[in-house]
Amino acid sequence: MVSLRIFFIGGLMSYRAMFGWMNPWIFVPALLVSPICQILLFAFIGRSAGVGDDEFYVIGNALNYAAIPCLFAMASTIAGERFSQTLGLVIATPARRVPLFLGRALPVIANGWGVAMFGVVVGSLLLDTDIPTSAWPLIALVVAVGSLSSTGLGLVMGAINLVYREGATLGNVLFLVLLIFTGTNVALDDLPGWMAAVGRCLPLTHAIEATRMLGDGATWGAVRGLVATELLIGLAYVVVGLSSIRVLERLSRSGATLDRI
Amino acid sequence: MIRLRQLAVCYWLQLKILLFSPFEGFLAVVFPLMFATAAMLVYEVGGDPEAILYAAIGAAAMGIWTSQTVSASTLVQRERWAGTLELVVAAPTRFSLVLLPITFAMATIGLYSVVATILWNWWLFDVRLQVENWPLFVLSILMATVTIALFGFLLSVTAVRYRTSWALGAALEYPGWLLCGFVVPLDLLPAAVLPLSWILAPTWAVEGMRASAAGESPWLDLAICGLVGLGYAALAAYLGVRLIDSARRDATLALT
Repeated sequence: MVSLRIFFIGGLMSYRAMFGWMNPWIFVPALLVSPICQILLFAFIGRSAGVGDDEFYVIGNALNYAAIPCLFAMASTIAGERFSQTLGLVIATPARRVPLFLGRALPVIANGWGVAMFGVVVGSLLLDTDIPTSAWPLIALVVAVGSLSSTGLGLVMGAINLVYREGATLGNVLFLVLLIFTGTNVALDDLPGWMAAVGRCLPLTHAIEATRMLGDGATWGAVRGLVATELLIGLAYVVVGLSSIRVLERLSRSGATLDRI
Repeated sequence: MIRLRQLAVCYWLQLKILLFSPFEGFLAVVFPLMFATAAMLVYEVGGDPEAILYAAIGAAAMGIWTSQTVSASTLVQRERWAGTLELVVAAPTRFSLVLLPITFAMATIGLYSVVATILWNWWLFDVRLQVENWPLFVLSILMATVTIALFGFLLSVTAVRYRTSWALGAALEYPGWLLCGFVVPLDLLPAAVLPLSWILAPTWAVEGMRASAAGESPWLDLAICGLVGLGYAALAAYLGVRLIDSARRDATLALT
């Protein structure tokens, strides 16, 4: 019961307190305007290069942008606590780590899903793409799985933030890795083999591929395998993230680096 | 003489601060470099050598824009967080003359990014810039650097009362890359947004870079670029005084 309370109530409180982007002056430009602009940028690059159609770039970039709130929000749960001088209290608490940190991840997944869906819907309207109406419920589901796996990577990043203080820089670097390697703007088949291989181990790659297939009219049966792979990758990152938190928490305590800003 | 010293010291001090900052130094170079890489990868799939060269020329200058948008929009905010904003405003040196060399220090990071992107594209995509007139090409890049610095100056002044200005700066990054025609020909953009492109000085600098590379005259483009840049400086100087006065009057200068 206590774990459930920590999971839901603690997660929500942490999100409201630590996710600085809740401010509309930040949320609107950073999480609503920017993804649309990224979609438009690459859609026009695609038109100029004569590669892919608008739908390809709308889906790729909308899902890619979900990584921004997922990565940064999870990092904020550590960096924000440190900045508020409360990280030591969180670490010293007897609460179980799994509900403590997974609870913080839940609102982040919902946020990432919202940002990506906003990108897909508005991008589709602006560029007049032709996504079948029947595909939208499944697209919403696949985007949720993509957000979960991105949040898994965010959890790893949050763990690293226990010992590394440049969270914003690290988050941006990871976002760039996802931009290049996950087939956001260039299909995996067109990337060099080693890049495609790296991409297949990253979050979002399979979700982007599955969403594109759904946008082209594929059935659930055709994308089921991709969605399952995406989910497995996401869960693997969650496990690595939680394990890393345990290890790096011990390191930061022994090195007395917990509250160093 | 004192004024020159102040400008030089301020520029050098801020450049050192930026170079040591992973976010404003390292990332200001890597972020546009990776977006340029993504754009080049798309053009590579297209396989048209002319289009690849076209993109490579514009992609080189993307970093100058990035170096200003995020950093310049948070310039005043950083002083505010550091607790030095009141000191800077109260100093006998005009506030605009403090901001100007800082934005030029940021533009220097952008200039470094130009070189890095040209070398990166050469190494990764085997794209060698074919430039007919190198002196004018370099002049166009410098014009882009100076006018984008002046845009950053305007941005930093106008964002003085906007406490979450970093979000505004980050949101300007992609539209600038698109509207200035760094990697997309302006002909492809809807006619309704072209006036926005025309009032952005980098649009003309990038046109100048392309004209120099093709062996055509860039002078008209560079002249318009310079005029637009001077417009930014004049507007920033005008707004700087009024916005700072207003912030002092309302006692909001130090509010984080």
